[in-house]
Amino acid sequence: MINSSSDNVRKLNSINRRMFITNSLKFFVMIGLVSRLFFLQVKENKKYLTLSDKNRIREWKLAPVRGEFHDYFGNVIAGNFEAYQLHIIPEQVEDFRYVIYRVKDLLELSDKQLKKILKKKNEIKPWETLIVSDNLSWKNFSKINNFLYDLNGVKPVISISRNYPYKENFTHLIGYVSQANPNDIESNEQIKKNFVPGLKVGKVGLEKHFESDLIGSNDIERYEVNAYGRRISQLEFQKGEKGKTLRLTIDTEIQKLTNELLKDQAGSICVMDIYTGSIIAMNSSPSFDPNLFVFGISQDEWQLIRNNPMKPLVNKTLQGNYSPGSTIKPIVALSALENGIINPNFTVKCTGKTEMYGQTYHCWKKKGHGFMNLRNAMKQSCDTYFYEISRRLGVDKLSETAKKFGLGDRVFGGLFDIEKKGLVPNTQWKKNALGKGWLLGETIITGIGQGYIQTTPIQLCLMTAQIANGGYKIYPKITVDDYNKESQGDKYTPLFENSKNIRIVQDAMFGSTNEVMGTSYRSRINDPKYQFAGKTGTAQVKKITEKDRELDLKTFEIPYEERDHALYIAFGPYKNPRYALSIIVEHGGNGSTTAAPMAKKLFKLIIDRHSLRETINNKKYLEI
Amino acid sequence: MYQHTRLTNSNFNFFNKFKNFDYILLACILLLGFISLATMYSTDGGKILFHTKSHFVKLIAFTFMMLVISFINIKFWFSIGYFSYVVVVGLLIWTYFFGITSSGSQRWMDLYFINLQPSELMKIFIILCLAKYFHRMKLEHVNSIYTLLTSLIIIILPMGLVIVQPDLGTSVLIAISGIAVIWFAGINHKYFIYTMLGFVISLPFIIAFLKPYQKLRVLTFLNPDRDPLGAGYQIIQSKIAVGSGGLFGKGFLKGTQSYLEFLPEKHTDFIFTLFSEEFGFVGSAFLLIIYMIIIYRIVAIGAGSRSYFAKIFCYSFGAAIFVYITINMSMVLGLLPIVGSPLPIMSYGGSSMLATMIGFGVVMSAKVHSQQSIA
Repeated sequence: MINSSSDNVRKLNSINRRMFITNSLKFFVMIGLVSRLFFLQVKENKKYLTLSDKNRIREWKLAPVRGEFHDYFGNVIAGNFEAYQLHIIPEQVEDFRYVIYRVKDLLELSDKQLKKILKKKNEIKPWETLIVSDNLSWKNFSKINNFLYDLNGVKPVISISRNYPYKENFTHLIGYVSQANPNDIESNEQIKKNFVPGLKVGKVGLEKHFESDLIGSNDIERYEVNAYGRRISQLEFQKGEKGKTLRLTIDTEIQKLTNELLKDQAGSICVMDIYTGSIIAMNSSPSFDPNLFVFGISQDEWQLIRNNPMKPLVNKTLQGNYSPGSTIKPIVALSALENGIINPNFTVKCTGKTEMYGQTYHCWKKKGHGFMNLRNAMKQSCDTYFYEISRRLGVDKLSETAKKFGLGDRVFGGLFDIEKKGLVPNTQWKKNALGKGWLLGETIITGIGQGYIQTTPIQLCLMTAQIANGGYKIYPKITVDDYNKESQGDKYTPLFENSKNIRIVQDAMFGSTNEVMGTSYRSRINDPKYQFAGKTGTAQVKKITEKDRELDLKTFEIPYEERDHALYIAFGPYKNPRYALSIIVEHGGNGSTTAAPMAKKLFKLIIDRHSLRETINNKKYLEI
Repeated sequence: MYQHTRLTNSNFNFFNKFKNFDYILLACILLLGFISLATMYSTDGGKILFHTKSHFVKLIAFTFMMLVISFINIKFWFSIGYFSYVVVVGLLIWTYFFGITSSGSQRWMDLYFINLQPSELMKIFIILCLAKYFHRMKLEHVNSIYTLLTSLIIIILPMGLVIVQPDLGTSVLIAISGIAVIWFAGINHKYFIYTMLGFVISLPFIIAFLKPYQKLRVLTFLNPDRDPLGAGYQIIQSKIAVGSGGLFGKGFLKGTQSYLEFLPEKHTDFIFTLFSEEFGFVGSAFLLIIYMIIIYRIVAIGAGSRSYFAKIFCYSFGAAIFVYITINMSMVLGLLPIVGSPLPIMSYGGSSMLATMIGFGVVMSAKVHSQQSIA
C-alpha cells in the first residue's frame, strides 16, 4: 500500500511536471499564432484589402453612343437608331434546346444561322450574354415579345446602333461603320481606350477620319463579382459622353439630285462654294447602301458590290485619276495669257489637223474651225489652237499655273486618306519618275488635257471655283467647323499676275455655254438668275487610231470600256458667281451631250436653294 | 473517508451531479456552438440553408449527448476504454472495405441517417484506450520495451488504417492524440528527442514516398505564388480573406471573400478564415481566448481529478484539442502546408463534432465524478 501510494505520488509528480512543460509550450505557440494574426490583419491589412477588392470588383464597359453627322440644314445624315436585339443568357434558360428551336421557328432562321448561334454559345460562359440577333425587324421583335411567356431566359433588348437614313446618297462621303477589327484598335488610341466587344467604328470616309471625335466615351458599370466572374451587384454606374455631332456643309437636296443624275452611270459630281470652299455636294457613282455594313454584310451582297464593273467601292471624286480633256483648256489659256505668250487676239488657223515635230495632231472637228482667236477657240474647244499655244508655252510654265490652281495635289490635305494627288507633268517630273527626257509632242497633247496629266474630279471643281472667284486661293472644307486649318495657308491670296486674264477666261467660258457654236450651248439657261458658264471636256480612254477616225463611230456603237469619259466644269450664276461644279461621267461619250445637261439641272436647284442657305448663315450671325 | 465512500456509492444523486458541473466550460462550449452557428449562417450567404440547419441539429443533438455522457460515471468510461478502441478499429476496417468514397478518399461509412467518419472518432478513443492502458501501470514499467511497443502498436494500427483511406491529415492528428497520452504517462524524454531526430533525418525519404498531390501541397506551402490559380489558390485566397479583415473585420455577413465564393472549403477546414474576415483581429483573438478558456478548464478538471485515468485523459485531450486548433489555424494563416484538419466545433462535419463532444462529455464526467477513484 505504501509502495503503491509512493508510486502514485511519483506518477502524479511526473504528470504534473509534464503538464507544466506542455502548458509553457502552449503559451509560446499561442503567442506565435496571435502575432501571425496581428501581422496579417493589422500590419498587412492594406495590402490584403487591395487584393480582396481586386478580387471582387470588376468593370464593364458599354459601347459609347456615336456622334452624328448633320447636313448644313441640320438634317441627320448619319444618326443612331434603336436596334431591336435578342439576347439569351444560357444559364437562365431551363431547356436551351427547346428555346433556341422555338426562337428559330419564330424568326425563321436558317440552319446555318442556327449553327452559328450554337457555336457562339459554346464559346461563352453560361452567364454571359449570347446575342442571337442584333437587328430584328419590328415584326419579329413584337412576335418574340408576344411569345415571351414561352421563352424563359430570352431577352428582347433595345440597343443603339448606326443608321444612314439617306442610304446610298452619302456613302462615299460619310463612309460607314462596322465591327472594329484588331487593326482599327491598334491604329487608333481612342478606339483602344473605348473598345468593347461589338463596338462599331468608321471604316472609310468621314466616319473613319473623325473617329476620335465621333466615338464618345463608354458608360462604365462597376460590379461586384464572385469567384467565377458572375455579377452579384452593381456598385456604380458612370455615364459616358456621346460623341461629337459634326455639321457638314453638304446640302442633302443637292446631294440627292447628284445621285439621281448619275443613276446607273459611273462618275462623280461635286459642287463647291467658290468663296468659302464649302462642299455643297460630293458624289461618286455607283454607290451602295452603307447600312448593309453596320451589322456585317452578307457574302452575297458583298460579292455583288465587289464584282460590279462600275466599281462602287471606289470613291471616284477623290480616287479617280482622269485625263481632264478639254476642261484643262481654261488653265492652258490662262497660263499662256499670264506668261505673255499670247494676247486674246492671237489667231491660229485650224484645218482639222496640224503637223508638228513630224507627227499629225487632230482637232476634234475634222473639217477644222478656220481662223480662231482665244475666245472662239475656248468656246468651240478648238484643239489646234491649244496645240499651238501650249507648244509656245511649254509644259513647265503650264504645270506651274495648273499647280497654283490646285491640280496635282490633295484638295483636302490629310482629311481623306484615300484621296489621290493626280498628276501635273513637267520635264523634271518625267526625268525623275520615268528617267526619260520630255518630248515636245507630249507638251502638245498636255495642252488638250491628254497624255500624262491626270486630275481628280474634286481638283477640277476647285480649279473652276478659283477661276470663278476671280483667281483667289480657297481651301475646300466639308465640316462647318473647319478641322483642317493648320495645314492651310492664307486664304484669298491672288493666284494671278493680272486679274484681266482671269476675266478673259471667265468670258470665254461664258461664250462656250451661252453663245451659238459654244460646246455646251444646248445646256444653257437664259435666265440671268441661273445663267452659268462652263467648259466641256471629252477625255479619250484609248488612243484614236486612223482606222477609228475613218469609222467615226457613234458613242453607243463603241464597247463601254472604250468610250470616252464625259466631263464638264462650270460656275454660276455668271453675273455674280457663287458656286462651281465639276461633273465626270465615265465612258459617257461626250462632255457636251452627257455631262453639260446635268449641270443645267444642278444649277437650277443650287441657285434656288442659295437663299435658304443664306438664311441659315444670317441666323447664325444673329444668334451671336 | 466515510462520506466519500457514501457519495460514490450513493445511487444517482442527480442534483449533486448538477452542482458539480463545470459551468464555465459548459458556457464556453455553448458560446462556441453559437458562434459556429452564426458563422455557418454566414457561409450560407446569410440564409438558413442546408449547412446551418444541419449544423444546428448536430449541435443540439451532440450537446445533449455530451450532457448524458457527463452524468455517466467516469468508471464506466474507464471500463470501455479498450472495448471502444477495438470497436472503432473495427469500424475503420469496415470503412476500408465498404466505406463511401468521396473526393478520392474512402473515409465514410453510411449509417443511413448520418455518414460517419470513424477516423474522427479514433482521435478520442485512442486517448481513452491509452489512458486506461497507463492508468494502473507503475512508473518504472512505463519505459519498458514491452509497454513502448504495445502503445506504439495501439497508435500505428489506426494510423495505418487511416493513411490508406487516404487521409494523411487525420492520421497525423490521431498520432498526436496518442503521443500526447504517452508523453503525459511519463515515457522518457530521450525517446521523444530520438524520434524527432529520426524524423528530421528521414524527412527526405518521407518526401520521396509522398503522393504527388501531397508533394505539391508542400511545395505550394513553401511558395504559394508558384501556381496562384491552381495549387496555391486556397492558401492565397485564405490569406487575402484573413488579411483584409483588419482590426475589426468587415462585419457580420459582409465578408466579400467568402460571400463571393473566393474561399475554398469555407464550411469546413477554412471556416476560421471566414470568421476572421468578418470579425477581424479582435474577433479572432476573442475566439482564441474562448478556446484557451476551454483548454484551461479541461486541464484544471484534470488537475482536480482524483483518478489517474481522468487526469491523463483530460491533460491529453486538452493537449490534443490545442494541437488541432493550432494546426488548423497555422494552415489557414499560411504557416503550415494544407492538411485536412477541422477546427473543433467550428467546422462543419458531424463526426468531428461528435468526437469532440464525446471528449467534452468524458471531461465533464471527470468533473462531475472528480472524487471517484478507479481501482
